[in-house]
Amino acid sequence: MSARRPGWAPLAAGALPLAFLGVLFLYPVARLLLLSVEDGSLRAFERAAADALYLGVLLETLKLSLIVAAICLVLAYPAAYFLATASRGWAALGFACLLLPFWSSILVRTYAWTIVLGRNGLVNRLLLETGLIAEPLALLNNEAGVVVGMVHVLLPYMVFPIYAVMLRIDRDLAAAASGLGASPWRVFTRIYFPLTLPGAFAGSVLVFVIALGFFVTPAILGGGRVVTIGLLIEDQVRRFLDWPFAAALAALLLAAAFLIQGTFQRVLRGETRWH
Amino acid sequence: MGDREIATAENAGTPETPPLLAVAGVERRFGPGAAALAGVDLALGAGEILALLGPSGSGKTTLLKVVAGFETPDKGRVTLSGRDITALSPAKRNIGMVFQHYALFPHMSAAENIAFPLAMRGHARQSIREKVSSALALVGLSGYGDRLPRQLSGGQQQRVALARAIVFDPALLLLDEPFGALDRKLRTQMQAEMKSLQRRLGIATLFVTHDQEEALALSDRIAVMNEGRIAQIGTAEDLYRRPASRFVAEFVGEANLFRGRAGVIGGPAHARTVEVKLETGGEMLASLPPGDRAVHYGADLALVLRPERPRRLAAADAAENRVSGTVAEATYLGETIRYRVALERGGEILLRWPAERERLAPGARLELGWSAADMTAVLWA
Repeated sequence: MSARRPGWAPLAAGALPLAFLGVLFLYPVARLLLLSVEDGSLRAFERAAADALYLGVLLETLKLSLIVAAICLVLAYPAAYFLATASRGWAALGFACLLLPFWSSILVRTYAWTIVLGRNGLVNRLLLETGLIAEPLALLNNEAGVVVGMVHVLLPYMVFPIYAVMLRIDRDLAAAASGLGASPWRVFTRIYFPLTLPGAFAGSVLVFVIALGFFVTPAILGGGRVVTIGLLIEDQVRRFLDWPFAAALAALLLAAAFLIQGTFQRVLRGETRWH
Repeated sequence: MGDREIATAENAGTPETPPLLAVAGVERRFGPGAAALAGVDLALGAGEILALLGPSGSGKTTLLKVVAGFETPDKGRVTLSGRDITALSPAKRNIGMVFQHYALFPHMSAAENIAFPLAMRGHARQSIREKVSSALALVGLSGYGDRLPRQLSGGQQQRVALARAIVFDPALLLLDEPFGALDRKLRTQMQAEMKSLQRRLGIATLFVTHDQEEALALSDRIAVMNEGRIAQIGTAEDLYRRPASRFVAEFVGEANLFRGRAGVIGGPAHARTVEVKLETGGEMLASLPPGDRAVHYGADLALVLRPERPRRLAAADAAENRVSGTVAEATYLGETIRYRVALERGGEILLRWPAERERLAPGARLELGWSAADMTAVLWA
């Protein structure tokens, strides 16, 4: 490896996107967050801490995000394995299925779920007609509906990091393990699965953090009965025009996201010291 | 082909002691086109180390995978210690293997890597600890057990891979291009260590290489592979002095080749000779490989002459084969000097002579001669 300094080229390449993010994203976000302490006091934060409601919503949001991330993980792992090991044609089909949803807006996809999950929706009709249930299940306007919708939207964000890690695993490792006397199950549990953990962690953090701030899906599929921190913030801005308090809640959400990401990353480093 | 099979069986075991590993009639085809393995027979005796030598695509790696169990042959059988293992999963074969890039488990320490095959066999914790530490000592890595693979140098990684492959006392050791990833100096050192370890353990070893020096340095016998078949199997000297085909002659060592038509075949049964009419004109007398049955009158032949065989002749000297030419180029190679000599009747010949002999400058004229025994005739095709 030569120790040549990278020079100015990478800087120049990064300057435009950095400027874009700085001016159009970081600056407004910083201004918004500053609103929470605009009057020079921490009143907005005191209010958020004092009322059990807000803390409760924050915890609910964390729980919801955790459930979504867990379900995504369980669904994405085999999907990623399929993509990483299938023949070229099957993998292309798999990718198409995975990426197709990105061609339509999240709004359309979320409303589509109301057709599937509603009282007279596809799922309930199927279950009623096959006689599996007597009464329609409540799948909409509750947490179940929100979870289904969010999992659907966030699944690709879990699949790709796991897929990327799986692709990098040397196929000789599984062969070596099997040659050394490991059954296929042992090859998976002792070699393959531990090596895919970094991808699973990365995907989980990504999905979890995105889920924390989710707005559209809980708003539509929750029917007002599932309150997340994102909905609360929107409420404060639109209904009460209380910008400082909305900013305080946003700051809390951001802090929670950073904290969780940081903690996960530490765990990740401990678990995957071979990288 | 038939003679070589008999020779193989003789080298690898007598009827009372069957070979440790026997590969019989193995074929493997990947899709249409040429077969990766087109009927391979091979026998390996206890404690023997055999090299599978061949160019890339010759089927040597596929053969190793068939023995390891990572490939299932379309036809043929593999037996190990008298047991048919053709359909057995790799996990149940009790064969140790060192992969080309070692395939160490990156999330496990050196000691955990070496413990893996023992743990898979349900050994007790205490016994695993003891075996791992003696395996580490065996490969000279005591004290390195806690290191992760990425914290080890290439040579150390290879030692760990070797320790992992032998710690469970496998019946057979397989090495896939084991020294390819090491630099030249380290490679020579690891080859020497590998050979002494193999001798000490007395473990039968089959290894794949495309490097003939490595094959010569490590093995008791060499199987030269070409186009999915074993072209010839024998000691390094057999292959060099008595190549069975033009491919082997050209692949192992340097060779001068003359093409011609077979004339009268004569001489005693154990040292038959053939008169050959060269395509460039003139005649030469060459010996036939022992047991050869392929060469007949009129056959298209390749005459194989190793570059150290020709002698310089004085005008009065007699020789069975004689040419004259002019030195075109002299290259100093340390112990030897290589001369390229342009022949008077066309073509050229390579010579490799000890460097301490008299030196010839380009332009020098010389007479060269060699006996029929110095030159082997094989079929050109």
